[in-house]
Amino acid sequence: MYESMLKQRLLDEKVVELYKKGLIQGIAHPCLGQEAVSAGVMANLSKEDLVVSNHRGHGHSLAKGVSERAMLGELMGKETGVCRGFGGSMHSSDVECGMVFSTAIVGGGIPLAVGVALALRMNKKTNCVVCFFGDGACNTGAFHEALNMAAVWHLPVVLVCENNQYAVSTPIAKSTSGHIYLRGEGYGIPGQLVNGMKVLDVYEAASIAITRAKKGEGPTLLECETYRYTGHGPYDIGLDYRTQEEIDRWKARDAIITFEQKLISQNLASSQELQTIRERTRQRVEEALEFAQRSPYPRKEQLSEHVWA
Amino acid sequence: MRTLSYVEAIREALAEEMRRDPKVFILGEDVGQYGGTFKATKGLIQEFGPDRVIDTPLSENAIIGAATGAAIMGFHPVAEIMYMDFLNECGDQLVNHLPKLHFMTGGKLRVPVVIRTQYSLGRNTGAQHSQFFPSFFMNTPGIMVATPSTPADAKGLLKTAIRGNNPVLFIESAALYTTKGEVPEGEFNVPFGEADVKLQGHDVTIVAVSRMVREALSAAEALLSDGISVEVIDPRTLMPLDMETIVTSVKKTGRLVTAEDGIKTSGVGAEIIARTMETAMGYVEDAQRVACPDIPAPFSPPLQDAYMPGKYTIIEAVKGMMGIHKLVNADCK
Repeated sequence: MYESMLKQRLLDEKVVELYKKGLIQGIAHPCLGQEAVSAGVMANLSKEDLVVSNHRGHGHSLAKGVSERAMLGELMGKETGVCRGFGGSMHSSDVECGMVFSTAIVGGGIPLAVGVALALRMNKKTNCVVCFFGDGACNTGAFHEALNMAAVWHLPVVLVCENNQYAVSTPIAKSTSGHIYLRGEGYGIPGQLVNGMKVLDVYEAASIAITRAKKGEGPTLLECETYRYTGHGPYDIGLDYRTQEEIDRWKARDAIITFEQKLISQNLASSQELQTIRERTRQRVEEALEFAQRSPYPRKEQLSEHVWA
Repeated sequence: MRTLSYVEAIREALAEEMRRDPKVFILGEDVGQYGGTFKATKGLIQEFGPDRVIDTPLSENAIIGAATGAAIMGFHPVAEIMYMDFLNECGDQLVNHLPKLHFMTGGKLRVPVVIRTQYSLGRNTGAQHSQFFPSFFMNTPGIMVATPSTPADAKGLLKTAIRGNNPVLFIESAALYTTKGEVPEGEFNVPFGEADVKLQGHDVTIVAVSRMVREALSAAEALLSDGISVEVIDPRTLMPLDMETIVTSVKKTGRLVTAEDGIKTSGVGAEIIARTMETAMGYVEDAQRVACPDIPAPFSPPLQDAYMPGKYTIIEAVKGMMGIHKLVNADCK
C-alpha cells in the first residue's frame, strides 16, 4: 500500500511538472493528496477483480497495476500509451490487469460499472467491480439511476466516492445536500464514511464492502473524505476558491507521511527501507518518462483505425 | 414463403439469436412478462428466463450504461428503449460512451450493444412520443444506424446487428409493426450498407427511409399513371450509408427526392443530397427533401395529418420537379 501511494504521488508530481513545461497537452487531473483511497481499496482486490475509474484516474490505474510506462505514454499521446494515445489522461483501459475503463464524463462510469457487475454475475464469477467517482458525480442522475439498479439487482459492485471537497471550484457545502454516504440508505445500500487520508481505514472499510459484494450481498457505498492538493487541474492549486491555510491543514494529514510515521514508530519498517522504496519508485517513474519520450506518436494513417471494431 | 408482421419478424430474430448465442440477452423496460410495450419481446421470457430477458427500472441512461458494461465483458446485449424520444434520456451513455469506447481505448474494448427503439409518428402521440432523428446519430461516429422498412429487413438487419462487433441503433417504426410481408425462415441476414432498390425507374430517384418507403412505393404507383417513372431506393442502414447505389441511380434519373419522417433541417435528406452533390453535381437537375417541417409533432389528428409527410407530399415534390402543375392540395392527404 505504501508503494502504491508513492507510485501515484511521484507519477502525478511528474505529471504536474511535465504539464507546466508543455510536455503534456490537453487536460490532466492529478490525484495528489488522494492516493490512500486507491491504495487502500486496491490492496483488497485480485487481478480478476475489476475497476471502473473517472477523470482523475491516474492513481486508480497505477494502483490496479497499469504500468508507469503505459500511463505516461498515454498522457503524452504516444503509441505506447495504455490506449495507444487515443484516449489521453482521462482514459485508461487494461482489462488484463482489471482496469476496465476510466471515463471523462463525471458520473458516467457508474452505470458502466453496473453493467460490468451484471456480466460478472451472468458469468457466475465471484469477483467484484469497484467504481471510483468524485463528490460531484453524486449529484448526477447517472449516480442515482445506477445505485438503484445495482441495489435492486444485488450486483457485486463497490461504489467508492472520493469526496475531495470540491467539484472543480464548487465546495461540497454549496452543492451537496446531506451526506453522500447516507444516500445509499434510500436505495437499501449500506453506506460508510471513511477517513480517506488513512490508508488502513480505507483498507478495512473496502475489505468489508468487497467481501459483501463477492458473497452476493450487493453493493456498498463508501464515502472517502480526502483532498486534492492541486486545483482541478495541474496548472494551479486553486487559491481563488480556497485558502492556503485549508490546503496546509489537509497536507498536515498527508496519507503518505502519516503512514510512514506509523510504519517507523511501530517498527514495521525503517526509514532507510522506506527511502529505498521511494528511490526505486522514483527511478521507475524516470525510466517510464524516458520510455514515453522516446516512444513514437501514432501515425496520421491510424486516425480512423479504431472507429469500428 | 410464409408471411410475418414486422413485429413478429423482430421477435423471431431475437429468439433465433438468443438460441444461437448464450451471450445475447435483452434488457429494457417491461420487456419480460409484459412482452414490451409493442410486444416485440412477447414470450421470450418464457423461453429464455428472467436472467436473459431482464426487466429494468425506468432508468434509460443506466440501461444503456449497463448494456455497455456487459458488452465490454463479452456479452451481446439488446437494449430496448421504448420510444426514440427517450434516447435523449440516455444521452451521456449513448453519445459520450457507447460509440467512443472502442476508439478511446485504441481499439481495446468492443461494445456490441444493439439498441432497439421505435418512433411513433402517425399514431397521434404528441411532441414527446413521435420524434424520428436518425441524422443525429449519423453525426455521431461509432454507432451504426439501421431503419428497416419491411418485416424481412427487420429480421435480417436485426440478426446482422446482433452478430456484429459494433454498437447499433436499430430504429423501428411503430406504424409498421402490423404490416405484413414475406420473411425467410431461419438463417437470414441482411448486410449493413447495402441499399435495396425497391422499384426501378428512370425519371426521378426517391430515397425513402423507414415508414416512408411504403409511401414512396405507393406514390410511385400513382405517378406511373401520370407517365412518371420513379426509382425507389431504401438505404436500409443510414450508417453505413450506401451512397454508391444512390449516386448510380441519380446519374441515371438526374432528379433526387428524399423522403423521411424526421425534421427537414439537417435531416437524413440534407445529408444524402449533400453527398450526392459532392460526387455527382453535374448530373443533378433537381433535388428536394420531403420531411416534417421544423416544428415539434402536434397531437391533434388534423394537425398531425398536415404535419406528416406521406404519399401525397412525395407526389407533389416529384410533380413539381417534373414541371407538372400542382394537382394536389393539402386536403387530399
